[in-house]
Amino acid sequence: MTGQPFHRSRAEMLQERPAPITSVGVIGWMRANLFSTWLNVALTLSALALLALTVPPLIDWTFLDATFAGSAGKDCTGEGACWAWLDQRIHQFVYGFYPAEAYWRANLAVVLLVPAVGYLLFANLPYARYGRWFSLAYPVIAAFLLVGGLGLDVVRTDQFGGFVLNLVAGITGIVLSLPIGILLALGRRSRMPIVRTFSVAFIEFIRGVPLITLLFVAIILLPIFLPREVSLDQLVRVMVIITLFASAYMAEVIRGGLQAIPQGQYEAGQAMGLGYWQSMRLIVLPQALKISIPGIVNTFIGLFKDTTLVIIIGLFDILGQARLLQTNQDWLGKVDYETFLLAALFFFVICFGMSRYSINLEKRLDTTRR
Amino acid sequence: MPEAEAEAGPGGAEDPIIQIVGLNKWFGAFHVLRDIDLMVEARERIVICGPSGSGKSTLIRCINRLEEHQEGRVVVDGTELTHNLKNIDVIRREVGMVFQQFNLFPHLTVLENCTLAPIWVRKMPKAEAADIAMEYLTRVKIPEQADKYPGQLSGGQQQRVAIARSLCMRPKIMLFDEPTSALDPEMIKEVLDVMVDLAGTGMTMLVVTHEMGFARQVAHRVIFMDEGQIVEQNEPETFFNDPRSDRTKLFLSQILSH
Repeated sequence: MTGQPFHRSRAEMLQERPAPITSVGVIGWMRANLFSTWLNVALTLSALALLALTVPPLIDWTFLDATFAGSAGKDCTGEGACWAWLDQRIHQFVYGFYPAEAYWRANLAVVLLVPAVGYLLFANLPYARYGRWFSLAYPVIAAFLLVGGLGLDVVRTDQFGGFVLNLVAGITGIVLSLPIGILLALGRRSRMPIVRTFSVAFIEFIRGVPLITLLFVAIILLPIFLPREVSLDQLVRVMVIITLFASAYMAEVIRGGLQAIPQGQYEAGQAMGLGYWQSMRLIVLPQALKISIPGIVNTFIGLFKDTTLVIIIGLFDILGQARLLQTNQDWLGKVDYETFLLAALFFFVICFGMSRYSINLEKRLDTTRR
Repeated sequence: MPEAEAEAGPGGAEDPIIQIVGLNKWFGAFHVLRDIDLMVEARERIVICGPSGSGKSTLIRCINRLEEHQEGRVVVDGTELTHNLKNIDVIRREVGMVFQQFNLFPHLTVLENCTLAPIWVRKMPKAEAADIAMEYLTRVKIPEQADKYPGQLSGGQQQRVAIARSLCMRPKIMLFDEPTSALDPEMIKEVLDVMVDLAGTGMTMLVVTHEMGFARQVAHRVIFMDEGQIVEQNEPETFFNDPRSDRTKLFLSQILSH
């Protein structure tokens, strides 16, 4: 017994007080995240030291000591990077061997990509109603611009290259692998034995074989089995394989999301008289896809980087262009890091963009607080 | 809801709105419903109680085919429940259901939860569906929450939204599967009040619950189930004051004595 009376009651309720200065604001943040324990202090300090050691030399090499002018590797005599090739060769990194007089078509296709993707990703743009239709029509427009026909000069797909090739293959794969993955995931959970067996077999087969093996089969073996008249464009074949490969992974990511939806959600839909596809589209998939966003974007990013495998059908994407220039007589031994750095930069910008957008999307779709 | 109907008692000259004859159901080898016979008149209100695992939830879930039965006939509003998917859809449109866990759609606002089925199942124009939704949200006393998401509401508010959502389909029958069991004690009353109010409109209601005060107040009939069968049924006064079966007596002593 503490000696206090047993009966106590409060006449006035306590008022709210501001949190102590050491737990909010910049100081609070630093205490919580950088200096919370001695181990954390040590890690923070060593990270700062590491940055101090590496960042200045990197900046020196990349910019301050770099050579920007010149016509061949022999002009690059400085300590730093050799960027002299950028001026003449950048177009190859971007367009590959796409005919120069048709660059405007590739440019236009990429420029139109911005609204086409924008209308899909952001809800509050002006003219949203027409925008969606434009997004739907975009693949046809882009294919027409890039390949030609109907009055435009035809560009063969083996002339495609550079970053435009990565974009074409990557975006096609991303746009197609999501719906295919959704169907496969639903198929795998279907009660119909044939649909389920097919989905399981497809997913497990594709996931169980390395991508490069599938590509070789499609490029080298398929023509042997198919009749001679049937000739599928090589680039199309590669894009189909990359898309299916990503779809199998996508299906498993989405299946994870589907399994996280409580049975009660399905039942509530059924009890109201919604059919299977209505329930899926209106109730289950919106929630399952939201949960799966990190995994979906992960698969997208993986797919986008897999587009560099077009090298095996002899197409030179941005990475292929880097290799090509490294083995060029004029630039031999001078541009190894620089060209890879450029390719890495292109990929990083796109992949990091996808990642940031997905985080933004998750926040926007979070209905538990706001 | 037409108030005039409220005066009429259950039944009358019409056929029973729900006819369950010789219903048997198994979960795997477990015989969960045994020889259930149950006629429910239009505008009748039935409370079903019994220990957990007695099959009471399964029974009402057979009425809108959330569960399939293996033997017997279930006829709802003149349509028999068979494997015919069309019949199932017809019945589900006329039968509303409220779940223990609310089962609101967390990605949709309260209003969207309420208008979803009228728009997609009844093919109602959006504006009309929204008007009806607001009417029922007002009836369950939360019209001001229409634009919030379910996750921002209390349990009692969520369950009231769930009731409004079912009513928006203008069902002939409402099934309640332990509607207050997941609620904190201080929220049970607000949900029961809404259900009492609904009872006043002459809705046909089957309510699985242990809220005996509610049963006394609104039920025409109380059914006690145990081990998958209907052990005893009676009008509430007699059921509570003069139970016949020992199982019923035991059950009532357990839930009423604390």
